[in-house]
Amino acid sequence: MVAVKETVEQVKQLDVDQYKYGFTTDLEVDKAPKGLNEEIVRFISAKKGEPQWMLDWRLDAYRRWKTMDEPQWARVHYPKIDFNDSYYYAAPKKNAAPKTLDDVDPAILDTYKKLGIPLREQEILAGVQTSKVAVDAVFDSVSVVTTFKEELKKAGVIFCSISEAIKDHPELVKKYLGSVVPVTDNYYATLNCAVFTDGSFVYIPEGVRCPMELSTYFRINEKNTGQFERTLIIAEKGSYVSYLEGCTAPQRDENQLHAAVVELVALDDAEIKYSTVQNWYPGDADGKGGIYNFVTKRGDCRGANSKISWTQVETGSAITWKYPSCILRGDNSRGEFYSIAVSNGYQQVDSGTKMIHLGKNTTSRIISKGISAGKSQNTYRGQVSAHRKATNARNFTNCDSLLIGETCGAHTVPYLESKNASAVFEHEATTSKISEDQLFYCRQRGLSAEEATALIVNGFVKDVLQQLPMEFAVEAQKLISISLEGSVG
Amino acid sequence: MLEIRNLHVAIEDGTKKILNGLNLTIRDGEVAAIMGPNGSGKSTLSYVIAGKEDYEVLEGEILLDGKNLLEMEPDERAAAGVFLAFQYPLEIPGVATMTFLKAALNAQRKGRGEDELTTPDFMRRVKAGAEKLGIPQDMLKRGLNVGFSGGEKKRMEILQMALLEPSIGILDETDSGLDIDALKIVSEGVNALRSAKRSFLVITHYQRLLSSKPMAMPTI
Repeated sequence: MVAVKETVEQVKQLDVDQYKYGFTTDLEVDKAPKGLNEEIVRFISAKKGEPQWMLDWRLDAYRRWKTMDEPQWARVHYPKIDFNDSYYYAAPKKNAAPKTLDDVDPAILDTYKKLGIPLREQEILAGVQTSKVAVDAVFDSVSVVTTFKEELKKAGVIFCSISEAIKDHPELVKKYLGSVVPVTDNYYATLNCAVFTDGSFVYIPEGVRCPMELSTYFRINEKNTGQFERTLIIAEKGSYVSYLEGCTAPQRDENQLHAAVVELVALDDAEIKYSTVQNWYPGDADGKGGIYNFVTKRGDCRGANSKISWTQVETGSAITWKYPSCILRGDNSRGEFYSIAVSNGYQQVDSGTKMIHLGKNTTSRIISKGISAGKSQNTYRGQVSAHRKATNARNFTNCDSLLIGETCGAHTVPYLESKNASAVFEHEATTSKISEDQLFYCRQRGLSAEEATALIVNGFVKDVLQQLPMEFAVEAQKLISISLEGSVG
Repeated sequence: MLEIRNLHVAIEDGTKKILNGLNLTIRDGEVAAIMGPNGSGKSTLSYVIAGKEDYEVLEGEILLDGKNLLEMEPDERAAAGVFLAFQYPLEIPGVATMTFLKAALNAQRKGRGEDELTTPDFMRRVKAGAEKLGIPQDMLKRGLNVGFSGGEKKRMEILQMALLEPSIGILDETDSGLDIDALKIVSEGVNALRSAKRSFLVITHYQRLLSSKPMAMPTI
């Protein structure tokens, strides 16, 4: 309840369609020429000082991408994207290769401070946060700093930018990059392979329980710049890691492209918990501007008894096209997907998951909560399949939609496919509406319209919020209410 | 004291008039009963007093202790002391009954400029109230009214009224659809809330709610 009240108060302080993270940071930047061609791919690779094998990998992907078509099956509508009208590389100039925080441009540090992301370790240690969080900060196309590296190193954990990993740990990158999401996977993933600029790399050695939460904070700052990040997390046998990601961008009239790829690999008995709070700029009240978020996220439960759990809170972006999935390859492995997708204004969300049961006794659980308001469209699209060898595969899916107002839409598109007679899939779905009568009932008991909406929405998303790490859950709850600001009354 | 003067009400498109110049005064401690056939405007009156939007007040005024209710939002009316026990209480999924009760109580206290109740204080009150009405503790942890039987919903309305301590309690067919035992519990609950300061407006088809010993149902 405290959070509800805070939420309501915070909502009151905001104007309609005011996006809190919409400011820009003025910086001198190093940019690639506009457009996309082989030269740009070479340019990015050269800027990163990559080895030949990496460049070849990128060029292969680029040539492949040229032959591919944009997917049309999602329930989203937007004008054709001119891929030559974007910049594919933008890096703050002073940030060639910062060794320590003191080398990082103060304007960037300020930006993260404004966003509430502490980067100075002593600040984090002195702060009120009870649990420590290591942060990798990605600004446009480069990772500017990664905190707590030394402390993590003692535990044997590698947490760095993917660019560093390519140079310092090529054997790991070669072995795992593209092993979960193949280069040819889909249009946006292939594009990402060609032009990805930065992202995070995590390696947890055998038997290690990562001593702190890891997180990456993505910020798009430059105009007309696409962000193509690449994240790779490897959990060796018996290890555990919890990873969080957050995203924001300035308010701009044009649409900006964000096409990320995230790959997770969990070996025997390992567990990866991946949480996202996505709050890219959603566009203004008339649907102008906003981020096009085309993301491929997939986890591979490669080992027996491994577990991958995705939790996402999606409130931003003009278009969200995102299906964090699990390949349940190892016997007894488990996949989970918990999602809250909030859409307001003219936002379009087409999101869900895929649970691919390959191993024996694999289990999966999907809890999806979609909230649509304004003139938005919110689609859950999910696939659950059992391979013929997936004896005793189990899935439980619960998919709830909540409508606020008369002009929004909620859609549920489940695909279920079982090739093994012993598999058991359950699918539950509900669609409800915050009715005038419910609001009146709450108001008759003394709650204001905003308080009543916050209460009902919080009740609706409670099951999923509980899956988030504590500090994130409170943030997420506030974010949801802010996103729904102006949707009642 | 509730004063209704020359009240004319139509449904929102303004074409169908439902109340035509109603006058009613209920003094502190008094109980007024409204009886009449279905569709005669009894529930409309209760909704108009509570501030539901679907009605248009064409003329007249409603005063509670001298304050003009028609100028207030529904939540302000609640804070001013209006409580409506709904004929069909709404379900609020995912919001635990206890959470809802606390939110409502504190919102009203805040509306009146009072401090919030501390959690132990609140718990004590809810527990005592629930016990009297035979509401088990685990029901308070469930979503408000979700999966409650008709009788349980009505009891929950009375529990809310007991906690919110209104100056006027409007009971819209609270005695409908109850079996003889539930009716006894509900009427005892209502009667326990009667005081010199609190008035009631009871909409009913029967004369039994306010007599502590409900009439035996005829056996057919």
